[in-house]
Amino acid sequence: MNYFLRKLGFYAIALWAALTLNFLIPRLLPGNPVDILLAKLQQRGGIVTAETRRAYELLLGGNSDLPWIAQYWDYIVNVFRGDLGISVTYFPAPVSEVISASLPWTIMLVGIATILSTILGVGLGAIVGWKPGTWLDSLVPATTLLAAVPYFWLALILVYAFATTWRLFPGQGGYDVVLDPGWSLEFIGSAITYGFLPALTIVIASIGGWLLGMRNMMVSTLSEDYILTAEAKGLRNGKILRSYAARNAMLPSIAGFAISLGFVVSGSIVTEQVFSYPGIGSKLLTAVTNNDYALMQGIFLYITLAVLGANLVVDILYGFIDPRTRARS
Amino acid sequence: MTNLTPTTEPSIGEAPEQLAAVADALGEKPRSALRAMLPTLTPWLIAGLSLIGAITLFGIIGPFFVQDPTIIRNIGLSAPSVDHILGTTQTGQDVFAQLAYATRGSLEIGLLVGVLATILSAFFGILGAYIGGFTDEAFSLFSNVFLVIPGLPLVIVISGFVPPKQRGLWTIAVVLAITGWAASSRVLRAQTMSIRNRDYVSAARVSGERSFRVIAVEILPNLLPVLASQFVFAVIAAILAEAGLAFLGLGASNSSTLGTMLFYAQNGFALPLGAWWWFIPPGLIIALFGTGLSLVNFSIDEIINPRLKNARLYRKRRKVALRNAAAGPRSTITPPRQAPPRSAA
Repeated sequence: MNYFLRKLGFYAIALWAALTLNFLIPRLLPGNPVDILLAKLQQRGGIVTAETRRAYELLLGGNSDLPWIAQYWDYIVNVFRGDLGISVTYFPAPVSEVISASLPWTIMLVGIATILSTILGVGLGAIVGWKPGTWLDSLVPATTLLAAVPYFWLALILVYAFATTWRLFPGQGGYDVVLDPGWSLEFIGSAITYGFLPALTIVIASIGGWLLGMRNMMVSTLSEDYILTAEAKGLRNGKILRSYAARNAMLPSIAGFAISLGFVVSGSIVTEQVFSYPGIGSKLLTAVTNNDYALMQGIFLYITLAVLGANLVVDILYGFIDPRTRARS
Repeated sequence: MTNLTPTTEPSIGEAPEQLAAVADALGEKPRSALRAMLPTLTPWLIAGLSLIGAITLFGIIGPFFVQDPTIIRNIGLSAPSVDHILGTTQTGQDVFAQLAYATRGSLEIGLLVGVLATILSAFFGILGAYIGGFTDEAFSLFSNVFLVIPGLPLVIVISGFVPPKQRGLWTIAVVLAITGWAASSRVLRAQTMSIRNRDYVSAARVSGERSFRVIAVEILPNLLPVLASQFVFAVIAAILAEAGLAFLGLGASNSSTLGTMLFYAQNGFALPLGAWWWFIPPGLIIALFGTGLSLVNFSIDEIINPRLKNARLYRKRRKVALRNAAAGPRSTITPPRQAPPRSAA
C-alpha cells in the first residue's frame, strides 16, 4: 500500500482511539461527573434543563437509559459538530471558545521552542559526533543532566534567577495586561519578553535528548563505507559532514520526533502552570481543579489532535526525505 | 545502493561478532558471552552508579535517622542551620527530614512503574514479534497508537476524574505504567524481530521446543541489555511524570514524594520569599538520580550498539599511539617498534 495512505490510515485510527478513550474514561472511572457539573452550572446561574443534562450525559456518561452504542454514536456526532459543551469555569463560554482563545499561545510557545531545540540539538550533536574522542565529546554524558531535570523545577529555578532575583524577565503571565491583545508591534514585543523564560525552559530541558541521539547516530554513520569513499574522493571535511554524514544520521532523530513531541507537550503543560501562561496547559489544570469535566475532555481532545497533526506532517515529510520508507511499503 | 535495510540501525545480534573483531584488533582475548553482557567500567559508569547508590541509600536509610518531618515549629522559613541542615518550611517543618521521606516515596513509585511498564512492553513487544502475522500487526498498531497519544494530558484527565480519596499509590502507578510502556515495546519488537529469524532460534523451534521455552531460553537472554535499558528509562520517566503530577496537586493522596514537596514549596510562596533551601533540593535529587540512571544507560547502550563502544576503544587506541609516537624519537637506536600499538588496556 502507498506509504502516505498508510500513514493517513494510521493517524485516523489513532484519532479514533483518542476519541474512544475520551468517551470511556469518565464512564469507567468512579465518581459522578454529570451531577457535580450540573450543580456547578446552577451555582453559576445557568439554567439546567433536561436538554442540558442530556448533552452532558452524552459527553460524560451517567444514568442515561440509552445503550452504550447509541451514546457513543451521539457523542461522536457531537464532537464532529464541534459541540463540546459549556465550560463551567468560564461560564457561559462554550468549551470550544475557551480552547480557541488559548490554543494559539501554546502552539506558538511549544512550536518555536521545539524547532529551536531541534535545530540546536541536532546541529551540536552533529559537530560533537563528527570528532568522537575530543574533549567536547567526552562532555556529552553531562547533557543527560539536562534531560533528567524536571521541566517545572527548571522553570522554578529560572523564575527565581531571572525574574525574582535579577528582574530581567517577567515571571508570570503571557503578555503585559495593560496592552490589548492584537497584532500591534508593542503587543508582540511584550509577548516575546513574557514568552522568553517558558521557551528557554523547554529548550534547555529538551535539547539534551536531540544532542545525544544525533551524536550516537553520527558515530554509527561515520563507520559507513560511503564516508570512507567520500574521504577517498578528497572531498572537504565540511562537505562530508553536511552532505554525507549528518544527512543520514539525522533520519532516526526525525523518525523519533513523535516520542519527543509527546514529552515536550507534557513538559510544557507543567511549565505553563509555573508561569501562569495563558496557554492550553494552564487551562487544563484550571479545569481539573474546578471539576470542569467538559473543558477537561475538550482540551485533551485538542491537544491530542494537535500532536497527531504534527506527527502526521513529520511522517509525510519523512517519506519525502527518506525514499527507503516509501520503497519498503 | 542495494542495501535497502538501513545498516545504521544496529541490532543486538551484531554485538558478539563486532566485539570479537575489536578485541582481535586490540590483541585482547575474546571475552566470554557473560562478560560481553556486562558493561565496561568507565568513569561515567562509576559516576552513575555512585549517584544512584547514594540517593537510594538516602531514601532507604535516611528516614530512620532524621527528625519527624511533620512536627510544626514556630521558626517558619528559617535558613539552613546546625539544627536544621536544610532549613525549615513556612510552618517550621524540617526540610531535610521531608526530603528523606520524599526520596523514599519517589523511588518506590519509580520502581513500581518501571517494573509494570517493562512487563507490559515485554508482553506486547516480544510476544507480538515472536508470534508474527496478525497478532504482531495488531500489537504493533496498539503500541504505536499509545505512543502518539500524549501521555501526561491523558494522565491528568484520568486523575481529574478519579476522586482524590480513591487516588492511591497503586492507581497512579498503574496509570503511569499504562501511558508509559509503548516506546520500549517498539524497541523490543524491533530487536526480537532480528533475533527471531536466527538459525539457533529456528533450530530450537524445529526440534519441538515449546514457544514459552524458546522465548525464555533462546530469545530473552539476548534481549537482557535492551530490557535493562528500557527499564532504566521507564524508571526515569515515571519519577519525572509522578513529580509533575504531584506538583500539579494530582499525585497519589497521602503519599509524600519529591513532587509533593515542590507542590507545597510552590504553594507556600518559597519562590518569591527566596527560600531556595526548600525548592532546590527536591528537584536536584530528581535530576541527579535521573542523570545517574542515564549514565548507566550509556554503558548499556554500548553493549546494544557495539559501534559506540568501538568509537571509545578507537579513541583509547589513538591516545596510546600518540603517546608512543611522542616517545618514539628517544628510542631511535632500537629497531622501529611495532607500528600500530596493539595493547590498549
